Amino acid sequence: MKPILFDRIDEPALNTLEVYERRGGYEMLRKALTMTPEDVLAQIMDSGIRGRGGAGFQMGRKISFLPHGDMVKYLVCNADESEPGTFKDRELMQKIPHALIEGIAIAAYAGGINKSFIYIRGEYQLQADILEAAIAEAANAGFLGERILDSDFTLSLVLHRGAGAYICGEETGLLDSLEGKRGNPRLKPPFPAIEGLYAGPTLINNVETLATVPYILRMGGGEYAKIGTETSTGTKLISISGDVKRPGNYEIELGIPSREIIYGLAGGPPEGHNVKFWFPGGSSSPVLTGDDLDIPYDFDSMAKAGTMLGSGAIIIADERRRILDTMLKVTKFYSHESCGKCVPCREGTNWTHKMVQRIYSGEATPMDLDIMASVQEQIIGNCLCVLGDAMAMPVGSMVKKFRAELEAEIEAARERAEGAALGDVVALGVADEHAGPIPVH
Amino acid sequence: MSFRDRSAPDHTGNLQERRGERYGANGGLAARVPRFGHGSRVPGWDDAVDLSKDPAVIPDPATTPVPDELRREIEASMAKYPDRRSAAIPSLHAAQAVHGWCSPEAIQQVACVMRLTPAYLTSVASFYDMFELHPKHTHDVFVCTNISCSILGADEFYDAMAAAAEGQDIDVRSFECLGACDIGPMASVNGEYVGPLELADAERIVEDLAAGRPVLEDKQLRYRRSVDPNANMDSAGASEPASEFAEPDHPHRADTAGLTEKPDPTSRPHATDRPGPTAPLEIPPQDQSDT
Repeated sequence: MKPILFDRIDEPALNTLEVYERRGGYEMLRKALTMTPEDVLAQIMDSGIRGRGGAGFQMGRKISFLPHGDMVKYLVCNADESEPGTFKDRELMQKIPHALIEGIAIAAYAGGINKSFIYIRGEYQLQADILEAAIAEAANAGFLGERILDSDFTLSLVLHRGAGAYICGEETGLLDSLEGKRGNPRLKPPFPAIEGLYAGPTLINNVETLATVPYILRMGGGEYAKIGTETSTGTKLISISGDVKRPGNYEIELGIPSREIIYGLAGGPPEGHNVKFWFPGGSSSPVLTGDDLDIPYDFDSMAKAGTMLGSGAIIIADERRRILDTMLKVTKFYSHESCGKCVPCREGTNWTHKMVQRIYSGEATPMDLDIMASVQEQIIGNCLCVLGDAMAMPVGSMVKKFRAELEAEIEAARERAEGAALGDVVALGVADEHAGPIPVH
Repeated sequence: MSFRDRSAPDHTGNLQERRGERYGANGGLAARVPRFGHGSRVPGWDDAVDLSKDPAVIPDPATTPVPDELRREIEASMAKYPDRRSAAIPSLHAAQAVHGWCSPEAIQQVACVMRLTPAYLTSVASFYDMFELHPKHTHDVFVCTNISCSILGADEFYDAMAAAAEGQDIDVRSFECLGACDIGPMASVNGEYVGPLELADAERIVEDLAAGRPVLEDKQLRYRRSVDPNANMDSAGASEPASEFAEPDHPHRADTAGLTEKPDPTSRPHATDRPGPTAPLEIPPQDQSDT
């Protein structure tokens, strides 16, 4: 397959305006400005492109929700890529930042937007520096600012660096953070398209979605929609990590079998090992097992398999890895990152983490798994945002799919702990008074 | 022999704690939950608060000296947004860069320039992981210990790193996913992403930081080429020979250009190939003219 976003991505100095323009950059912005915003929007609609950030909502529809009329509207590019396992936007921003800037300009034109922001996570310092330089270059060349390319279209673009909070990747948490507050999510509705940043209508899209927009315009929306499946159009950047030979970002056509990605592109687990479980869409997606490798990789097939495509981050674990260790990492992550606003999430993530720790210390019983599963049910759908759900879904699926292994872990840890307790009793001299051997159980 | 003599002589903890110690990694997890005063898991809950005092007000510019450069930077950030409060995070970043951490003095200065209360800024600073509300060392090593990296041995690396940094001017923190699982296990050293790491790299990081040179130059993410076999095909469809990392002096570097002072690539033809570890961002342009 010929890549779209990753086409000659390592070309030297592609992050400069000079090289980007040499390969046809900003031509699509010129073209868009000769069209009406409605025509540009129609192209995006026709492409059927779905958001690449995790929720998979159609981008064209999102733009069409923005109210019309004379008001200040905002575009926010979500570059707070912090979903564990996801690192696709990082490579795009580092290597071809001007595609993102051009995409933002075109999308803003389609939505009648004059102010835009990129919210990049604070840890991405190199990428933020590159983007900042690229924005300055684009502004100097007249692709941003007042009356772009002698049209009536005006657009400002500000790069905003975050400071390390997963919740700021959630769209309303991001808006609060961008307004200079703690990144607490807001109650929806009203949705950001109606009332978002500074209470104005706001379009929020992921880096990859926006960076694809110039290519959609170049190919034509209808042509782009021919790639992929009917409901999951286009190409998608996939981040693969964990137990694979060639971890990294790959551009794939949506709908190809997962096996082709994991074994074909990434080389599969090291020799002599097999996939035990994998996350198909970041750590928030319910896990799949080695039996699920033939599921087509697109939004709907993943949903049918009870999981989700999410941000397109595949994490592979082979049979050497314990499900319990991964569960501990997942619960620790979400209990640390919960903003604490909604009780089911704040308490649910925290107590689930404690329950997993109890398994390690040998204090858990198999009944704890049932409690854990019921806690997950209580979290899902009961909070302002989906952070709690993002822990509940994978943990719930692990309990369901690996119950036997978890029960064995509980039993083994309990035996270890009891043995230790007996050892203590012996060491303390209490057992000396008993005649005969000490029963281990 | 007395009851107490047979056990550890200084035995004081309860059974649960000692079980944790004895049974290492697994049993130890429960014991490693951080505890603050009186066994609380909430930091600072027993910090004394003077309830007789009124809340701090917006600092008076006449009595709050602010370094000129910091003031300019904060004012420049405020000018970028429709609402000045949006500049809170960029300004705290700037103040932290000046003071080393978000000290009460730093917060006071930001509050003074932004015309906000110190309490508001403290509430923001305490929400985000990258703001330090306690004094810290000069260098930061964030070791990612999330799922992908820990599968590949990040926890062991974290232990090695913490041991290597003992007694040095380095803060080692285990961090949530830093978004570079392709080079896992990885770490962010003063913001520079390096990986995949081996245990021996911990010592090298400490040495490089002490010597003031670029950290693990051969393992920096900025030079890593795309692994996608289709990504670097030329028009004929042939893929360039893929090496995992571009040679440090090869023009193929991903971070080329764009980072030094902007235009004028003509007068210094190699300018676009220069930046990177050999010419980091801080180096003023005149220092590069001799290269």
